[in-house]
Amino acid sequence: MIPAPFEYFAPATIDEALGLLREHSDAKVLAGGQSLMPALRLRLAAPDTIVDLAKIDELRGVRDDGDVLVIGAMTPHSVVQSSPVVNEHARLISLATATVGDPQIRHRGTFGGSLAHADPAADLPAVAVALDASFVIAGPDGRRTVSAADFFQGVFSTALGEDELLVEVRVPKYTGWGAHYEKFNRVAQAWSIVSVAAAVRLDGDSIAEARVALGNMGSTPVRATAVEQALVGGPATADAVREAAARAADGTSPVTDLNGDADYRRHLATVLTRRAVLAAAGTA
Amino acid sequence: MTTTEDRPATEIGNPRLRKEDARLITGRTRWTDNIVLPGMQHIAMVRSPFAHARITSIDTEAARAATGVVAVITGADIADEQGALPNAWAVVSDQQAPVHPSMAVDHVAFAGEIVAMVIARTAAEANDAAELVDVDYEELAPALELRAAARDEVIAHPDLGTNVSAVWAYDSAESGTGGDVEAAIAAARNGGIVIEKEIRQQRLIPAFMEPRAIVVDPTTEQMTVWSSTQVPHFVRIFIALVLGIPESKIRVIAPDVGGGFGGKLQFTPEEVLTVIAARRTGKPCKYCETRSESLMAAHHGRDQWQQVTLAATADGTVTGLKVELTVDMGAYLGLVTSAIPLLGAFMYNGIYKFPSYHLGITNVFTNKTWTDAYRGAGRPEATYAIERVMDELAARVGVDPLEIRERNWIKHEEFPFSTVSGLQYDSGNYEAATAKARELFGYDDLRKEQAERRESGDPVQLGIGISTYTEMCGLAPSRWLGSMGYVGGGWEHAAVRMLPTGKVEVVTGTSPHGQGHETAWSQLVADRLGVAFEDVEVLHGDTQVAVRGLDTYGSRSLAVGGMAVLAAADKVIEKAKPIAAQLLEANTDDLDFSAGRYGVRGTDAGMTLAELAFAVFQGHKLDGSAEGCLDADATLDPDDFSFPHGTHLCAVEVDTETGETKIRSYVSVDDVGVVVNPLIVEGQVHGGLAQGIAQALYEEAVHDDSGTLITGSFDQYLLPGAPDLPRFETARTETPATTNQLGVKGVGEAGTIASTPAVVNAIVDALRPLGVTDVVMPCTPYRVWKAIQEGAQS
Repeated sequence: MIPAPFEYFAPATIDEALGLLREHSDAKVLAGGQSLMPALRLRLAAPDTIVDLAKIDELRGVRDDGDVLVIGAMTPHSVVQSSPVVNEHARLISLATATVGDPQIRHRGTFGGSLAHADPAADLPAVAVALDASFVIAGPDGRRTVSAADFFQGVFSTALGEDELLVEVRVPKYTGWGAHYEKFNRVAQAWSIVSVAAAVRLDGDSIAEARVALGNMGSTPVRATAVEQALVGGPATADAVREAAARAADGTSPVTDLNGDADYRRHLATVLTRRAVLAAAGTA
Repeated sequence: MTTTEDRPATEIGNPRLRKEDARLITGRTRWTDNIVLPGMQHIAMVRSPFAHARITSIDTEAARAATGVVAVITGADIADEQGALPNAWAVVSDQQAPVHPSMAVDHVAFAGEIVAMVIARTAAEANDAAELVDVDYEELAPALELRAAARDEVIAHPDLGTNVSAVWAYDSAESGTGGDVEAAIAAARNGGIVIEKEIRQQRLIPAFMEPRAIVVDPTTEQMTVWSSTQVPHFVRIFIALVLGIPESKIRVIAPDVGGGFGGKLQFTPEEVLTVIAARRTGKPCKYCETRSESLMAAHHGRDQWQQVTLAATADGTVTGLKVELTVDMGAYLGLVTSAIPLLGAFMYNGIYKFPSYHLGITNVFTNKTWTDAYRGAGRPEATYAIERVMDELAARVGVDPLEIRERNWIKHEEFPFSTVSGLQYDSGNYEAATAKARELFGYDDLRKEQAERRESGDPVQLGIGISTYTEMCGLAPSRWLGSMGYVGGGWEHAAVRMLPTGKVEVVTGTSPHGQGHETAWSQLVADRLGVAFEDVEVLHGDTQVAVRGLDTYGSRSLAVGGMAVLAAADKVIEKAKPIAAQLLEANTDDLDFSAGRYGVRGTDAGMTLAELAFAVFQGHKLDGSAEGCLDADATLDPDDFSFPHGTHLCAVEVDTETGETKIRSYVSVDDVGVVVNPLIVEGQVHGGLAQGIAQALYEEAVHDDSGTLITGSFDQYLLPGAPDLPRFETARTETPATTNQLGVKGVGEAGTIASTPAVVNAIVDALRPLGVTDVVMPCTPYRVWKAIQEGAQS
């Protein structure tokens, strides 16, 4: 459980960090370390260089920026979870963050680190996709912004280049929306077998807008557009939601592992989507 | 829990906080990895990634040249030195077993077997260099699936020619303890009921909290070996026998040990190799396994197929039980690998009386990690089988599963009772434990709610699971062990020493690794000698201090070791008597010992043990007629086992849409006899329940088709945490054992033994109306959901 030797840097600014990434071709960025440290200790990863972002203050914090919330990449889960503005404008993030690991992991692990790691079974990628979040990436040529749908490219694979850093995530405000994160796992600290992130805006008794995304139903989070289309304009009743949720697994290709085969995951997706949407709509 | 106000007047029964907890919980103590010696070197093991292969070559050149490396040792280097690891229990005289090397020489038989070790100045350097050891393997077909291995389809050890290690049987007709089970089954097929069930006891990993660690100092007069082990006395003897070092030249210390669950009831390759490394380099060496190594290479547990046939009359009276076990030894035999099924062999009849019984055991080698003791060791498997089958019998007869048990169990007035498997149960009161559990659980209300949910077609169904268990504790009468083929004995040893200042030293041959012997033994001695609890110090786990002992496993420590402590304390009282008589100028017949003091009957004259201890220390006034010493040793061999029992009731809610099981309530009523410390008993029950529930719902060691352990980290090998477990409602009944002087039984394994069938019975009970009659353990949501789908089709 001792990592292979590596060179360690702890830059104080984003520019300094980018410079280090340019200089060192085999570098790994260390955020909260909740995924990278086990990989290093098991020697599943053995980079020459570690660039630790812990000292870069400008990467931390949550701020209200008009129509959007801005969450710094190095903001710990525990800060996101207890943020009043996140709770008010993006409640889905608060709910999903509360299910990440355990309190110790939530104090060390970071919002951006979890997204940049892009584990298909992680909690936050599906939430980011459901909420149409934008990812602000800093690189040698300045900053660029990538949509959540484009950010996740595969298992542990994202739009981030080797010399780039995820700086912040911009989330449109969903003030007044109902939200629910339905996580299905075997023990409290285990990864999701399937998860569903859902947010809905009601207009009277009917659903005016809906955002639904699935976790661990493929190599990247899956936006359940068929479900969303079926929900919008319809009533938030058990029967209507059940009918819409039946399409949750359309077009997905989940894995088979010890926790279940693809058929089981597809089935779970429909059940959990129904539950998530009903809970989000407050009609569960 | 008992409050301070109504604490009993005696120490026995007092729920004292544990003396040892502060240092154990904070970790500020002598864990083996905390031991640092001058000049100490560190070892990293190179392990085979293949389940079955020939080693064609090992290139150690790059590793030897790496920074800080002192030596790199391969199996070929020590082939003549390492000896063979022992199996202490030949269950049959013609038991087959491969030679078990600490380090593979040319053949590896499981993934994780050690093929080389690197000794370096630091642990980091040892780890880095271990990656440079280049081993070439020629892969061989691995024997993996247990039943195929039993048929010798692929041979795990080509030199052995077969995978079958031993075939053993017990038959009540042949042994004179009952009738012919085949006749009972034949009769039941004609108008009665026959239940046939194939049960999988999945492979489990003990997963103790502190991974194994060893430090060897070869520079002391007696070579000192610290090991995170349950069995320091065994380790000393086996280092002597395996490596040819005189036993008198070896001191083994088990410092504070962070759990074992049977997983550290072993003499390990790592212990042998660390001794070899220290001996070869002449310097202290340390080896601490990683969690990954621990999960892969420390011995595993369970792993059986059970073929069970139960015969009964139409009204549900059991007439016979036949069980055929196929048991996975893994790649090698450890200390008692071969005997684990034997330790359950006499418990398949459980708490029931029926007239015929047959048990067959086939021990089989595969190319997986070797198995051995894991909490309960044989008895959880037995209890699971009989308790699952009793539920199926109840379903066939159409009566409540509690009712079917009551029809068949041994009644309180029938004790002592000779069982169909040849044991004598000294005591028990199944009626009392069951009545108490039933009331605490709210059994009738839950049955009513269950009926309502079935009626309404609730997607979340309620199930009630029952386990009325018994087990055998207090390993073990030496005569019995000898008759079963075990090399060692089952006695225990203790010493009690009165110090000049009135304090008391107790030395025990048991070796606690979390059980709280320091507290419980202090309570025993405080009561017996009439001294303060705080004045008693308990020493253990160091062969230079606790010279004789057989260590801790099999719920033996209190029933055997604790009774040895009492016997030694009684000897101290006896030895003090003539000294007191002399100093008090009284006749020994006129002395009474009470509350720590010898008093002259009818007078105020008397001396406390502390006063006597000081007088003995001075020696001034002793006339030499009695030995001037208030220290005593006692060795105690138990007359028989003890038989804890109890009734566990579990209510689960099964989400039929997802297959998820949630335990809603869990009641355990255990009868562990007289209780020395209720708080320790409660802790043992809680931990036991967690581990038993984990077998039912979470844990399974899974290998892929090449024999690689897939569940090689806690990411995949799921242990439940506090959020995953229900609030346990625990209670006790107290039927004293008659086989020891205090009436104690043992509690270390009861929770693990009882809870697994309670949980699975509850799941099946919830789903029986949906056509489900069984779910394979662990009952994952996926498996439960599939069982529901298949039930709907049938």
